[in-house]
Amino acid sequence: MELCPYVKNILLLDSEGKRVAVKYFSDDWPTNSAKEAFEKSVFTKTQKTNARTEAEIGLFENHVVVYKFVQDLQFFVSGGENENELILAQVLQGFFDAVGLLLRGHVDKKEALENLDLILMCIDEIVDGGIILETDANVIAGKVATNSMDSGAPLSEQTISQALATAREHLTRSLLK
Amino acid sequence: MAQPLVKKDDDQDDEVEYSPFYGIEKGVVLQEARVFNDPQLDPRRCSQVITKLLYLLNQGDTFTQREATEVFFAVTKLFQSRDIGLRRMVYLIIKELSPSSDEVIIVTSSLMKDMNSKTDMYRANAIRVLCRITDGTLLTQIERYLKQAIVDKNPVVASAALISGIHLLQTNPEIVKRWSNEVQEAVQSRAALVQFHALALLHQIRQNDRLAVSKLVTSLTRGTVRSPLAQCLLIRYTSQVIRESVGNTQPGERPFFDYLESCLRHKAEMVILEAARAITELNGVTNRELTPAITVLQLFLSSSKPVLRFAAVRTLNKVAMTHPLAVTNCNIDMESLISDQNRSIATLAITTLLKTGNESSVDRLMKQITNFMSDIADEFKIVVVEAIRSLCLKFPLKYRSLMNFLSNILREEGGFEYKKAIVDSIVILIQDIPEAKESGLLHLCEFIEDCEFTYLSTQILHFLGIEGPKTSDPSKYIRYIYNRVHLENATVRASAVTTLAKFGAMVESLKPRIFVLLRRCLFDNDDEVRDRATLYLKTLGANDTAAVTDAKEFLFGSLDVPLTNLEASLKNYEPSDEPFDITSVPREVKSQPLAEKRAPGRTPASLAAPATTTSTIDTYERLLSSIPEFSNFGKLFKSSAPVELTEAETEYAVNVVKHIFDGHIVFQYNCTNTIPEQLLENVTVVVDTSDAEEFSEIASKPLQSLPYDSPGQTFVVFEKTGGPTVGKFSNILKFTVKEVDPSTGQAEDDGVDDEYQLEDLEVVAADYMQKVGVSNFRNAWESMGPDCERVDEYGLGPRESLAEAVAAVIDLLGMQPCEGTEVVPSNSRSHSCLLSGVFIGGMKVLVRLSFGIDGQKDVAMKLAVRSEDASISDAVHEIVASG
Repeated sequence: MELCPYVKNILLLDSEGKRVAVKYFSDDWPTNSAKEAFEKSVFTKTQKTNARTEAEIGLFENHVVVYKFVQDLQFFVSGGENENELILAQVLQGFFDAVGLLLRGHVDKKEALENLDLILMCIDEIVDGGIILETDANVIAGKVATNSMDSGAPLSEQTISQALATAREHLTRSLLK
Repeated sequence: MAQPLVKKDDDQDDEVEYSPFYGIEKGVVLQEARVFNDPQLDPRRCSQVITKLLYLLNQGDTFTQREATEVFFAVTKLFQSRDIGLRRMVYLIIKELSPSSDEVIIVTSSLMKDMNSKTDMYRANAIRVLCRITDGTLLTQIERYLKQAIVDKNPVVASAALISGIHLLQTNPEIVKRWSNEVQEAVQSRAALVQFHALALLHQIRQNDRLAVSKLVTSLTRGTVRSPLAQCLLIRYTSQVIRESVGNTQPGERPFFDYLESCLRHKAEMVILEAARAITELNGVTNRELTPAITVLQLFLSSSKPVLRFAAVRTLNKVAMTHPLAVTNCNIDMESLISDQNRSIATLAITTLLKTGNESSVDRLMKQITNFMSDIADEFKIVVVEAIRSLCLKFPLKYRSLMNFLSNILREEGGFEYKKAIVDSIVILIQDIPEAKESGLLHLCEFIEDCEFTYLSTQILHFLGIEGPKTSDPSKYIRYIYNRVHLENATVRASAVTTLAKFGAMVESLKPRIFVLLRRCLFDNDDEVRDRATLYLKTLGANDTAAVTDAKEFLFGSLDVPLTNLEASLKNYEPSDEPFDITSVPREVKSQPLAEKRAPGRTPASLAAPATTTSTIDTYERLLSSIPEFSNFGKLFKSSAPVELTEAETEYAVNVVKHIFDGHIVFQYNCTNTIPEQLLENVTVVVDTSDAEEFSEIASKPLQSLPYDSPGQTFVVFEKTGGPTVGKFSNILKFTVKEVDPSTGQAEDDGVDDEYQLEDLEVVAADYMQKVGVSNFRNAWESMGPDCERVDEYGLGPRESLAEAVAAVIDLLGMQPCEGTEVVPSNSRSHSCLLSGVFIGGMKVLVRLSFGIDGQKDVAMKLAVRSEDASISDAVHEIVASG
């Protein structure tokens, strides 16, 4: 177990450090207050940094934390002190891009809360019990989105697959810029 | 999503932005969960309610056992719906609710049905959920499906089964181990992540079988592992195999090194990093092996990605601790990182540079750091201060610029922890580098002129009181100290009064002036300050020498009763005509735990900063002086580290500390009783000295009672002839054992005498040597002069390596290695090592060792000893000759 890359938590916070969605895998933070304290400390220590173009990184309370911000959302992935930073960065990138795809490019807090089910499923598809399940954003988003596609939800004005196509296009464009 | 009906209390901001969960309340949501029971399910509405439940859990809300059970049962109804999205949410909430084993049964059949479904998404998720909540009994039923799933052609299903296997291995190893063949097949999968998960599981199944792991690594490092994550795993396994095969191989041809090196050319950066890190962490890595790893890390340093730069500089920082020279090539890249936006990277770069820097680059480096310090957080500053402190100890000649740097940053803004780190550093430098004393003390004086931290002010005043009077011109500090009496709060004022008194006691010429100042303090409006001033005026003003010695003893000596006992006695003291009598304070330390772990009542005044060694000595000294029988032995010369006399996990755990005095030696046996049903009484150690004839036992102090898990000490005292007397002692623990009723904790009245054989204990020559470093070995060596020098050569016979031989000799002599010479560069054929110490009797000893190793691994050594007395030099040679 100790040799396998291990993700200790995935956090999605808003621009005030409040939870949008979080998932803890290790028992380093046994209580909710311990978790909140960790989130607060990570949040305050990363506020001055600019993590909007490239993922940033820091060592907080003996955890390697990689993070990336967009609009009023802040994405964090933490691992052990000796974890390979690039593996964590890849998990972060997978999470970040998958959320971008699922929210059709409108990545902000409002949209994230309105689609919280998708975000939670997304986290569930990335890491299982601390072990990395998938890091490719397209695969992750695909797994989450197929679920809703067959549901035939009558109220959605466009199907998710259409949305996904638009989002993908959007992403490629932003990457090519 | 619909706006909930109930609004939360008005403590929420009015202008709070729109949120679908605004004003959400647990009770209402639990009510809403009743829709799960509707005969006509509305999948969309149910999904929303589950999302709300998950939101509550996510925000840290908890459900009571009852609520959780209710929700769980309601949720199980939702398996009726064929809506895929809803099913997905059902899976999620079941995992979050983690139902108890009797509840699990309800969903088992539904989940097993999903496991055999045609929809891959159902299968993958059902496997993950079921394995998460199941227990061993159920596992045997589904084992067949899981084995099939591992080799399923859909990678998502295979990964789900493999990951579940990894989790289940913790609880049901015997079942998972039966899947070996399937897992092995999955390792060959074309899907990258399946390969990764399969490899992780396969290794865990075999982890206790070293041979199997080694075979696995051998076959896979030749083969084609495609996934970068799997490749990283394989690198970790490989370095584990390398670590464990140490000793079986010839040096120079490390197994699998070629594989690690080839990974440095992998196209995925995470693999390159993993390999580079693995190489730098190899045991006894050589410079030749390091070079390719350092080269790729150097490239990472100039990457545009902060994560890569961070990873590289962090790795190089670690390498710099053991192989500073190997990292110097990166210094230019490292210097440009000082201005990195990411302050973690900048701090790591600085501390790396401080480790690799040589004497000539110190000044330039300090200039760069000064600019850098102003815009980083305190926690980073502390790291830098600590790095500078060790740099200064490494290059004592550079103390001037480093001390200046420290004093500059001391003047700037900063929090308590940061200021404390700086003050501690200056104090250490003052203690270790005599030349730095005067300037360092002045910097501290200036600091207390404008210091907002009472704790630091009092610490510095205390330190000034000890060091100040010993300087060439003590009078110049008086002004700074007396200013405190005017300007500070009562605590600092009281502390300043004591410091003034210390100057008065030590420097006769200053006494009259100090008296003037102390008299002014008699009008202070604080009791403590006035009391102290009165007391010092009285004691220092006495005419006879005896009283003055008393006063000095009072000012500089340490409190000879345990502080905790004193505190307890003072609390019990009731104000009356009878004054409090300090001799009434018990000196016996009550069932004191192994002394070095919890040093009792360290006075806040012990600013002696590298305190680990001094404080244990202090603790021991206080402990021993509290026992009247030992009070006339003189000053404690040295206390050894505890030597274990029992195996771990035995009924009675005993270790011993050897306390060396000039003419006596005291064995302190720390005993722990690990049996709850026993109480030991009258515990002694009977020592047989037939192999140690020069020692004679003069006293022993039994331990009255040793209850369960509360360590206690018994002592045995020997008289010895002067000088380094050695010998071997065999020990038997004797005691009266009484049964204890575990329910009441009461011991029975009758006890049985019993004894317990302990391991032998040796007193060796190294016990008579104190590890005392010198800051500048060459100066010390030259000033000692060649009069009492003794030089001889020794053959040490075949040794495993040069490093091992050097470590053995250092250990034998028990001296302090100087200037980092205890580190032997790997593969070198010769080495010199500098040692210093103080021999019993307070004689300074310096040793120069030159080692050489030949092709047959025979080690030869030249030993040159200088000391103040030729007989001591001879004694050191004797230690080596007989060792």
